[in-house]
Amino acid sequence: MLEAKNISKSFGKNLVLKNISLTVEEGERLVIIGPSGCGKSTLLRCLNYIEKPNKGKVLFEGRDLSDSRVDINKIRMKMGMVFQQFNLFPHLTVLENMILAPTKLKIMRDEEAKKKAISLLESIDLKDKKDFYPSQLSGGQKQRVAIVRAMLMDPKMMLFDEPTSALDPEMIGEVTSLMQKLGDDGMTMVVVSHEMNFVKNFATRVIFMENGTIIEEGSADQIFNHPKNDRLKEFLSKVA
Amino acid sequence: MGIWESFYNTVIYDNRYMYILEGLLNTIIIAFFAVILGIVIGVLVAIVRNYHDNSGKLKLLNMLGKIYVNVIRGTPVVLQLMIIYYVIFKSVDISIVLVGVLAFGINSGAYVAEIIRAGIESIDKGQMEAGYSLGLSYSKTMRYIILPQAIKNILPALGNEFITLLKETSVGAYIGIIELTKASDIIASRTYDYFFPLIIVALIYLIMTLGLSKLVGLMERKLGKEC
Repeated sequence: MLEAKNISKSFGKNLVLKNISLTVEEGERLVIIGPSGCGKSTLLRCLNYIEKPNKGKVLFEGRDLSDSRVDINKIRMKMGMVFQQFNLFPHLTVLENMILAPTKLKIMRDEEAKKKAISLLESIDLKDKKDFYPSQLSGGQKQRVAIVRAMLMDPKMMLFDEPTSALDPEMIGEVTSLMQKLGDDGMTMVVVSHEMNFVKNFATRVIFMENGTIIEEGSADQIFNHPKNDRLKEFLSKVA
Repeated sequence: MGIWESFYNTVIYDNRYMYILEGLLNTIIIAFFAVILGIVIGVLVAIVRNYHDNSGKLKLLNMLGKIYVNVIRGTPVVLQLMIIYYVIFKSVDISIVLVGVLAFGINSGAYVAEIIRAGIESIDKGQMEAGYSLGLSYSKTMRYIILPQAIKNILPALGNEFITLLKETSVGAYIGIIELTKASDIIASRTYDYFFPLIIVALIYLIMTLGLSKLVGLMERKLGKEC
């Protein structure tokens, strides 16, 4: 479904990603772990071209994102993204946040978008907050709204950039269980996370990154219970 | 000479109030059209520069915009006015008020561009990324997400810029525009009495600038309510 081929990215002289390749198959829940600064967020952000790689290419359903004939906006509509800092639009209510993109992109009519948005909000028990502004919500509520905002676009795949890192500990559970539910429903997901207990049960495949390269890759069981690389062992002993 | 006589000589005798009216009219015309020209130029330059910063495209236009802003902000407006009148339009028969509109509009555009750019940049870049990630284009993200938030930061600074512009039109006298300040000078040169010409004109400026800042305050509150 998604393929990254030999991508490199540098910020100034700082080489953050070194020749990375990876593929994501439909229905997979791929989690990228690694110490901070290893380039995992940059890698995720390169997958939908929010960050443009300097070298290499990304293919989504066979289409090259760097090709000028490919409409990157159309591709992004099919790849939802959830951010560490939620990035809800503070000048709009919860409902307006959700229906902005589908209505302005003329995918749905106003009424249809509202109906679908409200039923999504209902599924996460936030229907009564639909006319609230983001500043009136808790961190966990904000992130769950950000997730259903992305879901309303009916994406084929979703990217999560450290979705629980900005949350108070007691709110992490509500976000991870929503992600788990999404995964159980068959959503293809690529997740950058530090929440190891969640990752263990959630991931169908795990990638360990360090210094801009992929060091080890395998199932959650292989990575967490039978790590081969010394750096991975050291990392796991620190985060466990 | 009593106060009444001095006032009479300044305003009423020989219909001298006509100078003030003419000056006021020219000041308003120059300020009004220069603000509009300034906004048009400023918005264009700000968007070119922001689009460049976001996409890396429009390199040449971005460079021109940068040069324009630096040159205008780095030289006195009086000089810009004189260069436009005495150098650029040297041998062209052109209305001097129009020269004023052009000069002050071009000058204001540079400041407006920087005000808008700063307003846009004050918005967290995650907002832009969130817009992109939902499939919105640069222009749609700007229009529906960035600008509605940035306007609250832009408006007060823009109001200040317009008030400054209105007052700065007084240097139009350098190239012989009969605007408000020049009008007071003309009257004073007839009466050899500077008190009333200067005070009256100062009051007129004050009324206009106070009115303008009221108006800006009103718009701010209206926008504040909407958001």
